[in-house]
Amino acid sequence: MIIPHPLLGPRDSQEFTYLGDVSLIDRPDWQATGAVDQFHDYLYLRDNPAGLHRELWFHEQGDRSWLVVTRDTRTHEITGAELARDVARTKGRST
Amino acid sequence: MTRLSGGLIDRSQTLSFSFDGKSYGGHPGDTLASALLSNDVRLMGRSFKYHRPRGPLTAGSEEPNAIVELRNGARQEPNARATVAELYDGLNARSQNSVGSLRFDLLAVNDLLSPFFAAGFYYKTFMWPKAFWEKLYEPMIRRAAGLGSLDGQPDPDMYDKGFLHSDLLIIGAGPAGLAAALTAGRAGADVILADEDFLLGGRLNSETHALGDTSGSDWAKAALAELASLPNVRVMSRTTIIGAMDHGIYGALERVSDHLREPAPDTPRQTFWRIYTTRSLLCAGATERPIAFENNDRPGIMLGSALRSYANRWAACAAQDVAIFTNNDEGHRTAEDLLTKGVRIAAVIDSRADAPKTNRYEVFAGSVVTNSAGRLGLTSVSVRLANGETRKVACQGLGVSGGWNPNVHLTCHQRGRPQWNADLAAFVPGGTLPPGMRVAGAAQGILSTAGALSSGAAAAVAALSDLGIKAKAITLPKAEDTPFRITPLFHVPGKGRAWLDQQNDVTVKDVKLAHQEGYISVEHLKRYTTLGMATDQGKTSNIGGLAVMAEMTGKSIPDTGTTIYRPPYTPVSIAAFAGRSAGPDFRPTRLTPSHHWAAQQGAVFVEVGMWLRAQWFPQAGETTWRQSVDREVLATRKSVGICDVTTLGKIDVQGTDAAEFLNRIYANPFGKLAVGKVRYGLMLREDGIAMDDGTTARLAEDHFVMTTTTANAVGVYRHMEFCRQCLWPDMDVQIISTTEAWAQYSVAGPNARKLLQKIVDPAFDIGNDAFPYMGCGDITVCGGLRARLFRISFSGELAFEIAVPTRYGDALMRRLVEVGQEFDAVVYGTEALGVMRIEKGHAAGNELNGTTTALNLGMGGMVNKKKDSIGSTLSEREGLNRPDALCLVGFRPVNHADNFAAGSHLIGKDDVANAANDQGYLTSVAYSPNLGHTIGLGFLKNGANRKGETLRAVNPVQNAETLVEVVSAHFIDPEGDRLRA
Amino acid sequence: MHDLAALTPLGGATAKTETIGAVQIAEITDRALASVTCRAGQAKAFATAAKKLFGGAMPDPGHWTAGDPFGLIWTGPDQWFAEAPFASHEDIARLIKAGLGDTASVTEQTDGWVRFDVTGATVVDLLERLCPVPVRRMQTGAATRTLLEHMGCFVICRTTAQAFSLIAPRSFAGSLHHALSAAARSVA
Repeated sequence: MIIPHPLLGPRDSQEFTYLGDVSLIDRPDWQATGAVDQFHDYLYLRDNPAGLHRELWFHEQGDRSWLVVTRDTRTHEITGAELARDVARTKGRST
Repeated sequence: MTRLSGGLIDRSQTLSFSFDGKSYGGHPGDTLASALLSNDVRLMGRSFKYHRPRGPLTAGSEEPNAIVELRNGARQEPNARATVAELYDGLNARSQNSVGSLRFDLLAVNDLLSPFFAAGFYYKTFMWPKAFWEKLYEPMIRRAAGLGSLDGQPDPDMYDKGFLHSDLLIIGAGPAGLAAALTAGRAGADVILADEDFLLGGRLNSETHALGDTSGSDWAKAALAELASLPNVRVMSRTTIIGAMDHGIYGALERVSDHLREPAPDTPRQTFWRIYTTRSLLCAGATERPIAFENNDRPGIMLGSALRSYANRWAACAAQDVAIFTNNDEGHRTAEDLLTKGVRIAAVIDSRADAPKTNRYEVFAGSVVTNSAGRLGLTSVSVRLANGETRKVACQGLGVSGGWNPNVHLTCHQRGRPQWNADLAAFVPGGTLPPGMRVAGAAQGILSTAGALSSGAAAAVAALSDLGIKAKAITLPKAEDTPFRITPLFHVPGKGRAWLDQQNDVTVKDVKLAHQEGYISVEHLKRYTTLGMATDQGKTSNIGGLAVMAEMTGKSIPDTGTTIYRPPYTPVSIAAFAGRSAGPDFRPTRLTPSHHWAAQQGAVFVEVGMWLRAQWFPQAGETTWRQSVDREVLATRKSVGICDVTTLGKIDVQGTDAAEFLNRIYANPFGKLAVGKVRYGLMLREDGIAMDDGTTARLAEDHFVMTTTTANAVGVYRHMEFCRQCLWPDMDVQIISTTEAWAQYSVAGPNARKLLQKIVDPAFDIGNDAFPYMGCGDITVCGGLRARLFRISFSGELAFEIAVPTRYGDALMRRLVEVGQEFDAVVYGTEALGVMRIEKGHAAGNELNGTTTALNLGMGGMVNKKKDSIGSTLSEREGLNRPDALCLVGFRPVNHADNFAAGSHLIGKDDVANAANDQGYLTSVAYSPNLGHTIGLGFLKNGANRKGETLRAVNPVQNAETLVEVVSAHFIDPEGDRLRA
Repeated sequence: MHDLAALTPLGGATAKTETIGAVQIAEITDRALASVTCRAGQAKAFATAAKKLFGGAMPDPGHWTAGDPFGLIWTGPDQWFAEAPFASHEDIARLIKAGLGDTASVTEQTDGWVRFDVTGATVVDLLERLCPVPVRRMQTGAATRTLLEHMGCFVICRTTAQAFSLIAPRSFAGSLHHALSAAARSVA
């Protein structure tokens, strides 16, 4: 497989390690009411789509960027890759 | 001796080779099969199941029959196809799958027992009695099924791998591929042209059609000469594209040295290439298919196209009289070519009533071959004429032409399905191709030479246009452009056995039987009969099987379906996939700064991930590892020991938010850690399970150095980057590994300080007041070398870790040993390190095993609830906080002479040893030379409150059990006086 | 002056240079190395300070720039390696930190890595057998980290198709050298 790195262009997926669903960025607030339940859902409940899936890949043998890659689980077609840091910011994460 | 005239072989040289012990001669340019045929050898093997005599059916990589063993000794190679094995001087080949000799195979009796070997025979027969399977049936079947053998020695050859990048990969160098390569090459694109053959040109080398005013093979030669002159074109002969993977990655096997007696020194036998290409063009041609009839598998019966290849390219024909059986015009082409070469044509049996008429040879129109005769090779065929009469035609060769199957294999590798073309009576590439792929020439169902040339050139122009490269199709020579005419015929009905899949011995009857037994899906049919499941992947048989199936179900062939093809296109040896990653080079090795010194001391090394670490240092007179380890432990606790701990992960953490970042990734707080101090940290996963632990030193307000365990260094770093980039993207924290920048040694024992004082420069006070337990700081040693000193202890002794730039690590180790002599200092390895940490009750990898929480580890109190940290919330879950949760405690044998093993389960004294009564398990066990008996760490339900209790450590694997007493995990210095000394 | 002798990453007293066929493989030990990471929110101040210290802009992703005394290699978002002569810059991290102040985090990396310079007519053929990046297409100034025989490794194109530097974690020195020399023999 080839991952289209947003900074470095097409790269062999051998250079990457895979983590999983992009929702792992959405870590709950530890002080929220029902935090334990929220963390439970965050950690264990995932969609399993047949189709487009946004997922986290780490360019471990490259520039050490975490990427959010959009992949069609039926065909392996990859339609996009963004820096996860940028995605996290658009999701409102900061410090 | 039946060498014809002409051919693309070099008659100026004769190569001698042997087959089944007999010597023959051939020429450069020959394959083993062509050379044997030119020596009138038609019988080359025995079939898989029935041990039927077989000769080559084809002249290419699709060969099902002529499967032989090549070479001797360590290079012995089974299941090689004689039709593609390039002849070299001294080639030694043997037939396989016969018991006794090839001519008198004792297991040919299977052929007489054939009614018992029909489809599903094994499934039905070897079901019972069950006990017979392992001892009787399986060995018997394996022996009988013996498809070649290996010598058992390691492969002496080297295999390489590599990575190539191209704009356009062209697969197949026949007329379509060559026209495409010239078009793309002249346009300046990066082109790779790969072909499995050693002589490129595809069927241009096997047919007699002219291209313009030159022969096909000469045109190919000229095209290849031009391509070789273009620096942007890489022509790869003897290279099979074996698979089309995701995103334009292709696997290619280059047989670098298979055509040599043995590879030249340092040269690989084969190279496995990974080709990255933006566009690909499949020009893999087509494979002719046979027509099944009774006894259609005798040596001498071949595909018509193969007869032409052998005659035109190799000047070989193992028959004086040849008959042709065809359902299309190709059969007549074969007859003409053979006549030109001086071979007699006994008859052309054309199943079509409207067969072309000629006076050059006899044509039986509307006729079919119904049977053949000849024990070890064809002597005659029976023909049923249009008027119903049967006639026997004497011949030693029969060329069968049942139509062409485009080589669609690679178009299916991304699950594309081919579609039926009724005009060709064949499957052609479907609408869904691997991304970036185009198909041209016969592979696309364009069977004329002119069509191949023009479609190849046009496809190259289109592919490059996708990439923004302007290309102009080359000027094409005038070439053969006859339309293809076929009246489908897949098998001739009859009572006897008519072979579909000759490699797996599957007949028309087997397919019918499968249908009768309810197998209506093609995929099931394939698995039940094994049709197409041999090493040839059914290249000559799948469509025939499908046609019979369609006939049985009354459906059309396209409605019956097709199986799709998977990589590899042709077999690939495991060695080629492994490349250089074999033996000691299976993976790289990481060496510690003191490795060379340790090797000089005769250290025994252990693999820890990729690292090699000294496990212990045997001294003169020590005969067992325990003697060495006990000595290292005792000497360290008595005086001082030195250990290389460089392999622990070291991560430099900087930034104004560095302290807060550590607060978040560790369960315990780091905000108030003073500069110049070190703190132990426990890292949890988000689910509350312990992930890693280590010490972190604060070098400045905004600068920390943390350590990880050796095993988790990579994973912890990845986790920290995840936290930094994905969870808290605006925190001001920067991390980078410094594991290898510093050689780090632990100096432990009551005399550790005294030893270090010998090398630490006098300006630095490392006394207990100035440099207390858990202190750290920059110092210099040996007269000014920059160093870092940490007062931390894994052994429980007064201990320091000293770090210097790695290039000085070797010298520092030698210096420490030298100045340590007056203290009888030892250097200890990982075993002694392990013994001492167990004695001290420190958790390590065995305890941080992916199932244990801070509470289990006895560190529940460290999880700070006043701050957010990874894992703190979910560690509060009820299930992880039960009153009887596992708790880390120590164990010792009630009888001190007794032993027990890590992994043993803890069972109540009088309980039955089963899962219901399981109380916990032992994780780390060692012999403590200080205590004089075995000690262990382990997890016990509610263990903290059960000290003094007696349990059984049960080890069902070794059928052993020992009475153990629950004790504190801290066997040595539980108060910690030593490490604070 | 201390009296400890240095060893090269390959374990020798002096750097090893080897010629196999048309390529030369040279262990390089006379360069100091430090990582330089721009701190959060400091991009502008960092650019100014870096330009003053290094004499030019920081290289873009996938690139390196030569300079005197500092060569710069892009290693990741906001992160670079700076290289300089070891003889004059053994204390490279402190020297750079002094120039960049609080705009950057600087970490000494000199001994964390092994560097081999591979040069010669068949260098591309050699590297094609080892790593998945398109070395044949790399131009002078290209630099990227990739995987080479299971080892993370920077591939730095010093001169197109002729000269490359390979920089890998120091502990892999022996294995990396073995991979390079084996591939060199394979293409010789």
